[in-house]
Amino acid sequence: MNIQFRENQEAASPLTVKTAIADCDIHPARATRTELYPYLAKRWQHHLEVYGVHAYQGMMEGPPYPKAQPNASRRDAYPPEGGPQGSSLSFMQKQLLDPNNVQLGVLNPLGTGQGIRNHELSAALCSAINDWQIDKWTSKDKRLKASIVVGNEDGLSAAAEIRERAGDKNFVQVLLLSRNVEPLGQRRYWPIYQAAEEAGLPVGVHAFGFGGNPITPSGWPSYYIEEMVGHSQCQQSALASLVLEGVFERFPKLKMVMIEAGFGWAPSLAWRLDKVWQRLRSEVPHVKRPPSEYIREQVWWTTQPMEDPERREDLFDVINWIGWDRLLFATDYPHWDYDEPSRVLPAGVSEANREAFYLGNARKLYGIA
Amino acid sequence: MASLIAGGIDCDVHPAVPHLTSLLPYLNDYWRDQVTTRGMVDLVSQSYPQNSPITARPDWRPETGKPGESLEAMQRHVLDPFQLKHAICNPLYGVQMVFSEDMQAAFCRGLNDWLVKEWLDRDPRLRGSIVIPTQSVEKAVAEIERCAQDERFVQVLMLVMGDTPLGKRALWPIYEAAERLELPVGIHAGSAYHNPPTAVGWGSYHIEDYVGQAQAFQTQLTSLIVEGVFVKYPRLKMVMLESGVSWISPYLWRLHKFWRGARMETPWVDRAPLDIVRSNIRFSLQPFDAPPDEATLNRLFEHMQSDELVLFSTDYPHWQFDGPDALPEGLSPDLVRKIMIDNPHATYPRLT
Repeated sequence: MNIQFRENQEAASPLTVKTAIADCDIHPARATRTELYPYLAKRWQHHLEVYGVHAYQGMMEGPPYPKAQPNASRRDAYPPEGGPQGSSLSFMQKQLLDPNNVQLGVLNPLGTGQGIRNHELSAALCSAINDWQIDKWTSKDKRLKASIVVGNEDGLSAAAEIRERAGDKNFVQVLLLSRNVEPLGQRRYWPIYQAAEEAGLPVGVHAFGFGGNPITPSGWPSYYIEEMVGHSQCQQSALASLVLEGVFERFPKLKMVMIEAGFGWAPSLAWRLDKVWQRLRSEVPHVKRPPSEYIREQVWWTTQPMEDPERREDLFDVINWIGWDRLLFATDYPHWDYDEPSRVLPAGVSEANREAFYLGNARKLYGIA
Repeated sequence: MASLIAGGIDCDVHPAVPHLTSLLPYLNDYWRDQVTTRGMVDLVSQSYPQNSPITARPDWRPETGKPGESLEAMQRHVLDPFQLKHAICNPLYGVQMVFSEDMQAAFCRGLNDWLVKEWLDRDPRLRGSIVIPTQSVEKAVAEIERCAQDERFVQVLMLVMGDTPLGKRALWPIYEAAERLELPVGIHAGSAYHNPPTAVGWGSYHIEDYVGQAQAFQTQLTSLIVEGVFVKYPRLKMVMLESGVSWISPYLWRLHKFWRGARMETPWVDRAPLDIVRSNIRFSLQPFDAPPDEATLNRLFEHMQSDELVLFSTDYPHWQFDGPDALPEGLSPDLVRKIMIDNPHATYPRLT
């Protein structure tokens, strides 16, 4: 984590002439509240002014649990020209892309068109945010690639948005969030997986989102930290649903990326799924192979926030169990729990694994030469 | 296969209530009348459908009736062959699903009295857990105080998925009573189904509910730790029952990281979550959800950095292992002794 204020980011970064990296989780922000309006029909502009987004949570603005930092972002990431953290391309280049030698940066816009109860508005906002990603970001810096944000609760309109963007090299994946109205394996979401598989695009599932369900199976907790830690439990349940509904069996070329939910839990979840599947497979005959096999073949993980054992080398056991070919380095810029590229891996990693972890796996998955 | 040793403590066995009518002798006139005139049916939780393979090992499944309803079968299946000194009875009857606090209190009282008469009185090796009516904290505390007079009750029992996260301050009088009376609080797999059984909603399948128990335990540990339960009640022990074991360390690595980053939000948490778990939280052995190889097992225990966290359990009659293989491959004799004898005794002061 990096929450200290740094006067001189370039001088502070130890990676100035170093290995090229991929950053598979960057959050671009809007500089102003109305920045998407040029991409929205007048009707929706008016709707937003009068009714707001009407999300699956109570607050008109802001999250139900106040974040640890303004906009959950680093205090040193405010652009000099103003606007929230992550809203300026030039400052992102200066603070993140250039000093860390980022060759591939995957954009995951949050707080956009997802988790909205009015599904028509959701589709319109997602389409707008996709246009905005091209205009403001990927067309201006070729290192950056966009994610197709889709109206998650309406599988058909989401699939239509994916088909419209398919083949556009600005986009390298489809973006979903982990928390939806139902677990992600449910049939209402299958058109999304079908369209993504047809388009040859991985589906990234980023932690967070709103679907109206409490973030614990025992109701709503009290604190932001419970929500933050809880994202990994949400992700585990979402992945279990994907496996047990047979999504990987039905869409065998589908690739999924678990984003910003940690990865330390992955071996344990796969073991548990395998063990219970041996007992209860007659309930789910469509799951034809041990769950861990689908996970091993079709799931990738971004690294941030890296789990933090007291003995950091313990993490190597977990990575060995998952596979060094399945991790994608990410910083989560500009968020406060940013992982600093030079500090995440303990010593003792082979050159080949290091290269795969920082860049090679991402290039291969996202098809970037 | 590590060798079992005699004199062990089985911290999780499940005697089954044959039917709601089995509790009638333990209810007062009003509730007896309610059960019969309203035509109430048996309170079977869908956490454990009677015929689900996980609910009973094939060779432990009776020809008629519910798995776990016969004391003689429990003796023959686990108490005798595993040469147990004690087994702690954790009844998983569906009383937690009841919404009325009065009805729930009557049923819990009946259930606890039934356990005494039909099980604890009939085999001196058995010990019990106090099932509490969590719809009313006041009634829960009263039930704890009533049952605690019988020293054979060694624990308070709650489900991992209830109405609210377990750390919530409203529940603290339960923890105050448990600490005062030297009763650990056992948190068992299962849901009251008052909330969706996963944090992302209702899944389609029983198998999803079962896999999801592990995630429920994780969220509850977060709640218990960050709300400050163990700051307020430092001597309180909590035991995660049928929770799974292999998720513990990676989960704590994550919690530890966020605690370091966001601890200003809960400044009363004055010790690292890892330390709190080592001093106050224990886990039952079964289901041991890791691959059956010695190298992996050794790494998992190494990651825990403690040999005091795990307590022996068979989870009888649930199907977690076959034959006598209650202990996973690769445990050293020292660790077997800790898990089967020393750790349970250190956890449950009322076990003598």
